[in-house]
Amino acid sequence: MLRFLARRAAWFALTTWVVITLAFVLLRAAPGGPFSNERKLHPSVEAALREQYHLDWPLWKQYLQTLGPLNLDERGWLGDGAEPFGGLLAGDFGPSMQHRDVSVNDVLASSLPISITLGSLALALALVLGLSAGVASAHSPGSKLDQLVRALATSGLVLPNFVLASLLVLVFAFWIPVLPVAGFGTPRHLVLPSIALALPFAAYIARLSRAGLLETLSKDYIRTARAKGASRARILWRHALRGALAPVVSYLGPAAAGVLTGSLVIERIFAIPGAGTHFIASALNRDYTLAMGVTVVYAVLVFGFNTLVDVAYTLLDPRLDLEQEA
Amino acid sequence: MPRPMMAHAPAVWIRRTLAALLVALVVGAVLASALGTRRERADFVFTGGGEVRSLDPHAATGIPEGRVIRALFEGLVVRDPQTLAPTPGCAESWEISPDGRTYTFRLRADARWSNGEPVTAADFVWSWTRLLEPRTGAEYAAQLWCVEGAREFATGADSARDPTRLGLRALDERTLEVRLAEVQPRLLDVLCFYAFVPLHRASIEALQKRHPTRWSTLWTRPEHLVSNGAYYLAERRIHERIRLAKSPHYWDADGVAMRTVDVLALESWSSALNLYLSGEIDWVDGAIPANLVGQLTQREDFRATPYLGVYFYRVNTTRPPLDDVRVRQALSRALQRAEITNKVLKAGQMPSHSFTAWSRVGSYTAPAMAPADAVAAASLLAAAGFATPASKGVGKPFPKLELHFNSSETHRAIAEVVAHQWKRTLGLDAKLRNQEWKAFLSAQSSLDYDLSRSSWIADYADPGNFLEIWTSDSPNNRTGWKNARYDELIARARGTLNEVQRNALSREAEQILLSELPCIPIYSYVSQNLVNPRLGGFDDNALNEPSLARLYWRDGAELEAARKADTRGKKRAPAPGPNQGLRSPRVDALLYEASGGAQGRPLNEDER
Repeated sequence: MLRFLARRAAWFALTTWVVITLAFVLLRAAPGGPFSNERKLHPSVEAALREQYHLDWPLWKQYLQTLGPLNLDERGWLGDGAEPFGGLLAGDFGPSMQHRDVSVNDVLASSLPISITLGSLALALALVLGLSAGVASAHSPGSKLDQLVRALATSGLVLPNFVLASLLVLVFAFWIPVLPVAGFGTPRHLVLPSIALALPFAAYIARLSRAGLLETLSKDYIRTARAKGASRARILWRHALRGALAPVVSYLGPAAAGVLTGSLVIERIFAIPGAGTHFIASALNRDYTLAMGVTVVYAVLVFGFNTLVDVAYTLLDPRLDLEQEA
Repeated sequence: MPRPMMAHAPAVWIRRTLAALLVALVVGAVLASALGTRRERADFVFTGGGEVRSLDPHAATGIPEGRVIRALFEGLVVRDPQTLAPTPGCAESWEISPDGRTYTFRLRADARWSNGEPVTAADFVWSWTRLLEPRTGAEYAAQLWCVEGAREFATGADSARDPTRLGLRALDERTLEVRLAEVQPRLLDVLCFYAFVPLHRASIEALQKRHPTRWSTLWTRPEHLVSNGAYYLAERRIHERIRLAKSPHYWDADGVAMRTVDVLALESWSSALNLYLSGEIDWVDGAIPANLVGQLTQREDFRATPYLGVYFYRVNTTRPPLDDVRVRQALSRALQRAEITNKVLKAGQMPSHSFTAWSRVGSYTAPAMAPADAVAAASLLAAAGFATPASKGVGKPFPKLELHFNSSETHRAIAEVVAHQWKRTLGLDAKLRNQEWKAFLSAQSSLDYDLSRSSWIADYADPGNFLEIWTSDSPNNRTGWKNARYDELIARARGTLNEVQRNALSREAEQILLSELPCIPIYSYVSQNLVNPRLGGFDDNALNEPSLARLYWRDGAELEAARKADTRGKKRAPAPGPNQGLRSPRVDALLYEASGGAQGRPLNEDER
């Protein structure tokens, strides 16, 4: 396990570096810059701003400054030494170029916990709903209940989450006014967004667990359990579910990534001040520092979650050996 | 058989851990959201688009930023919300020397910062010096370059920068003298702009000392910001809301009715609409999506007012065949602009007859350009040597034109109508080319286009504000068009104190612009507001700048009287008091999101 984690860490460092480098190059390669606008800045003002954000430096120096951990500007280790460290490796994402009152760290510190809260709620909800529906469906394949679950799961998969979100708002905020239409601040504000975010994933989990269960149910050890006189419910929950969980668990990695990226739309519709908004807006605004910060954080989150899933996977199925992975 | 035995232990362990983890996650998430500050609804809540990018009056440039800054700070003069004329703000009176070069402002004795200290003339000197300092990076600094020594101060070498040589002087605590190097007849209008408010020197300098690198992102936070307007900054949550609270030290605090004001950052127009319909917002400002215009314009709470903005196409005059003025005239005269305003926009926009929005600003009346005329347009094109539908094969075929715009449904719809009309009257083909905003701007700046969509919004009601972008050296020209006579007229108008003469010079310049047509004006904007009918003191004006300090809630009798006086004959909208909610869901409106609106139409998209 330790060797596995060490190898993962090495991959993690490499992947993150590639992500940073690619993001740096792509952002700078895109036409326009953070200070271009319909109303053009006076050249002297634009020059002052470019200097302030070090955009007047050669690209290699900007790259090293972005990466860190040494601060290269006049207050850095070569200058007066007041702030020798900076850049991503020092945990400093720098000032935002569009939101000039805040640093990227400020933006992430205020928005990321909100996105993670919403994402975890949605993922937990997707698991609970999906697994329950999957088990109910596999309990008696072909029954009315099974058909209903499968129909719902299919519609959950094909309906984009912004349609779902609008329908939920229409029903639960206007027709039956029990929940707020949008905004953030109380647990009630999270109900509709987490449901809208969770449903497509719940639908997929329901299908996965149903298929997994049906396959496991045809295994020899299930027949043994049945021969011992175990009830159908006990067989499903105690014996079959564990085997059927493997595909669900391995789906959690991509699902977590999907919840994070899917939250952009949901956050927008429900006016939730999460990190999703910045993910697109920062790139469109050429806010180099903020776009870099959001990209790196998302890459780390997705990578971390996939690693967690791999670890959980072996715990679920001891036949897998992480040491032999790759 | 060790394996199956081993297998059991982790299985139980993992099931319990996973279950516990799941429960912990949910409980944690709910707790985390509950911990978010529960606040009472503000007296007045509004939204004008996404996140306010900066509260630093020198760094901010946008319209949503201006609303908040004007509530927080007060300059020497403020615009009257009905007439837009400069009226006393922080200054109670002023004198202008007969040559128009010296302004002496007398500050109010009771002008106070939100910490109770008096606002002094020295505060203005310090703030304007900071504004002019190139390192501040202030877009609007150039508006003050008319001040003595300001241009040299802003553009000269660092070593030569001497603030004492600026024509700004505090004669005493309450008297500010401003000496101009160049006459600026509209200086008072300029000074109404939010970039020229005073900043509190002591609190900013204290922060600079404590946080030499981070102070610029710290001083606008609620715990540090000292302001002199009707409101102070009570709370700011990034990308969520700004809460303003009434300042007890404001000189006219008795006249301010709303004790708290929330400014919400909303990225999507449909969430803004939903929040408005459920009564959580009292005012939404933003261009309405075309599919909802028909419905919303019927409501009494929808207010469309002429707005000082013009929508136009830039024409690349360096590229043949567009370098031929006859071709540009043909393109302009072939357009039936009313088709665009009536069938695409539908919110009350006016087809352009000139470049100056609404053809009038203040006392200025713009000349009219040649009217739409299909026959005249075709003959202009034929005169330029091109084949037209009527020329029966005589003349060169017209090369394919490209209509360039930034990605948006509305811009596409307009471009489609324009292309269709050109096809119909001139028989020429125009291809549509859309680009993402920044790429679009970059292409426009480097003249990589044939015709490119643009807009211009005035900072104050003055023709110069529209016409000055077309001078040869203006960075906002971006068409390659140069006209020496035009430049001269604009320069002379800028230095003319007499309003009648100034208007005459502007009119002559605009006449040149409209016959040369480096731009094809399409329509004049309207501001589009959804305003709770119970709200009083909301003044419609051409800059869409109602004064927040004047807003109040009307009682039933006043509301009734206002409704009787309203002759528009619109559908009555529910008019709840604050906090009661409108509860008037319109199904089709809400389903807008489902019909593809979710891709997010930014508020104020048309202003881009």
